[in-house]
Amino acid sequence: MLSAQIRLHLGTLDLDATIEAAQDEIVALLGPNGAGKTTFLRAVAGLVRSDRARVVLDDVVLEDTDLGVRVPTERRPIGIVFQQHLLFPHLTVLENVAFGLQARHRRDARVAAARWLERVGLGKYANARPSALSGGEAQRVALARALAIDPRLLLLDEPLSALDATARVEVRRELRRHLASFSGARLLVTHDPLEAAALADRLVILESGRVVQSGPVDEVTRHPRSRFVADLVGVNLLRGRAESGVIAVEGGQQITALDADDGEVFAVIHPRSVAIHRVHPEGTPRNVWRGTVRSVDLIGERARVAIGGSLPIVAEVTASSVRDLDLREHAEVWLSVKAAEVGVYPA
Amino acid sequence: MTSEPIPRPFAILAGLAAALFLLPLVGLLVRFPFADAVGALTSPEIVTAAWLSVVTSLSATALSIVLGVPLAIVYARAQFRGLRVIRALTTLPMVLPPVVGGVALLVAFGRRGLVGQFLDSAFGIRIPFTTAAAVLAATFVAMPFLVLTVEAGLRSMDRRYEEAARSLGADRWTVFRRVTLPLVAPSLYAGAVLCWARALGEFGATITFAGNVPGSTQTLPLAVYLALETRPDAAIALSLVLLLLSLIVLVALRDRYLPTT
Repeated sequence: MLSAQIRLHLGTLDLDATIEAAQDEIVALLGPNGAGKTTFLRAVAGLVRSDRARVVLDDVVLEDTDLGVRVPTERRPIGIVFQQHLLFPHLTVLENVAFGLQARHRRDARVAAARWLERVGLGKYANARPSALSGGEAQRVALARALAIDPRLLLLDEPLSALDATARVEVRRELRRHLASFSGARLLVTHDPLEAAALADRLVILESGRVVQSGPVDEVTRHPRSRFVADLVGVNLLRGRAESGVIAVEGGQQITALDADDGEVFAVIHPRSVAIHRVHPEGTPRNVWRGTVRSVDLIGERARVAIGGSLPIVAEVTASSVRDLDLREHAEVWLSVKAAEVGVYPA
Repeated sequence: MTSEPIPRPFAILAGLAAALFLLPLVGLLVRFPFADAVGALTSPEIVTAAWLSVVTSLSATALSIVLGVPLAIVYARAQFRGLRVIRALTTLPMVLPPVVGGVALLVAFGRRGLVGQFLDSAFGIRIPFTTAAAVLAATFVAMPFLVLTVEAGLRSMDRRYEEAARSLGADRWTVFRRVTLPLVAPSLYAGAVLCWARALGEFGATITFAGNVPGSTQTLPLAVYLALETRPDAAIALSLVLLLLSLIVLVALRDRYLPTT
């Protein structure tokens, strides 16, 4: 069980985040570049100094700035897999895996290291230099090296992002197998939602140094609470104040929704639910407003149309409607969304 | 490979520049006493001087490694007030006239020097005009080459390897011994060879601070200078030997100073 509370300033980054990971849990720390994900990981490992921190792992206080406790990195039972494998180039593959065990003066270091190499399926490379390995193989060795010291916490910093597509699939499979068999908390930093969804039980979304959302993968994707997640999932996210089923959205526009409880809410509108018209639409839709086309992106038979105006939104329509409606940049259009298509949940 | 046309004035000046270096080398080869080379090189005083040069230059290199590597680490990684000034002052011997270095050493470690008089009165240690003085003089002029080279290596190395080592449980000493040092080994090697070459050729500071005592401070460059008066053949033969040594150094460091294209 990991509980890490980190506050620090580094350059323009203002990081203030608390993340917990249960014993049997794989937590993915997801967020845009520069959000502070890697810095958070490095602070947990003690590789950067925090302004204020409290890091507790399995009831052992590794760092508490209030109490003046700070266990140095080399004495924290934490294994790290870095983005670029960082295998020592002057040592053989086996010596790399044995490094941590030798640092602990384990007599059977080389034997245990050889066993770990076999477990990641790379025993035949024991005497090779890391430079002889492919990117995927090197990352598997790096995983074996981190696991060989029998850590209580495994930190993975974008472990797949430096790999090409083929190697990524191979290492992800290997990673999932070893993450599953590892008995300790696991914290994975990534900016790739697929990687997070494939490997993690729970997502923590970090933006600009703050945790903006946390929860099981499907819960987070169903109810985005930040622009970043909404963009990942591909939906429109609005925030506003609901009163008697009408949401006053930031910017002045009003949206009618069914089942909206009063108070601060998020509203999610799927792009496919946004209809585009050239004239004011007749009929039932409750939400109708005007806008100007900003861009049109054709993706096969479908098109994503970004529309600006009092309520900026993205609509997804068929390629043929783009032709029929003559949608192009600066075109003036009417938009409509049925009240039943607006998903609302408390902010 | 086709050559780019070079303007004629540049070609002429460049030819003059090359001649400035090549003619003396040709001179050494032409005047080399082939008939009596072995005799000139194996005379007792030359052998003594050569042996002393080997001892002093290697001692100076060893001393430079032991003291210079920690100094390079401080320069590459520490931050404190006055660091830049100290760094500049310790680099000074690279551009200082060696004889000035010799005088400065004498003022510091001479019998009446700042530290020398204390060493003499307290321990009875007198450094000037001993082999120790020759080693000290050579170290003084040569160590900056090693320090700057190692410092550059430390600055350009990827420090994340050290972080990886620490995360694997290595304490500072283990990180230094098993990661930092091997990763800067090419720089250390290059710095040590440069340092040794400079120490081997040291003349000015040595003759000023250590004197010219056969067997204890008369190194090869001093012997060459002396022999030029009495036995020019030996001087020429010795010069060619030293030149070949320098050539070997240059080849050993070819990745660093000779373009490979």
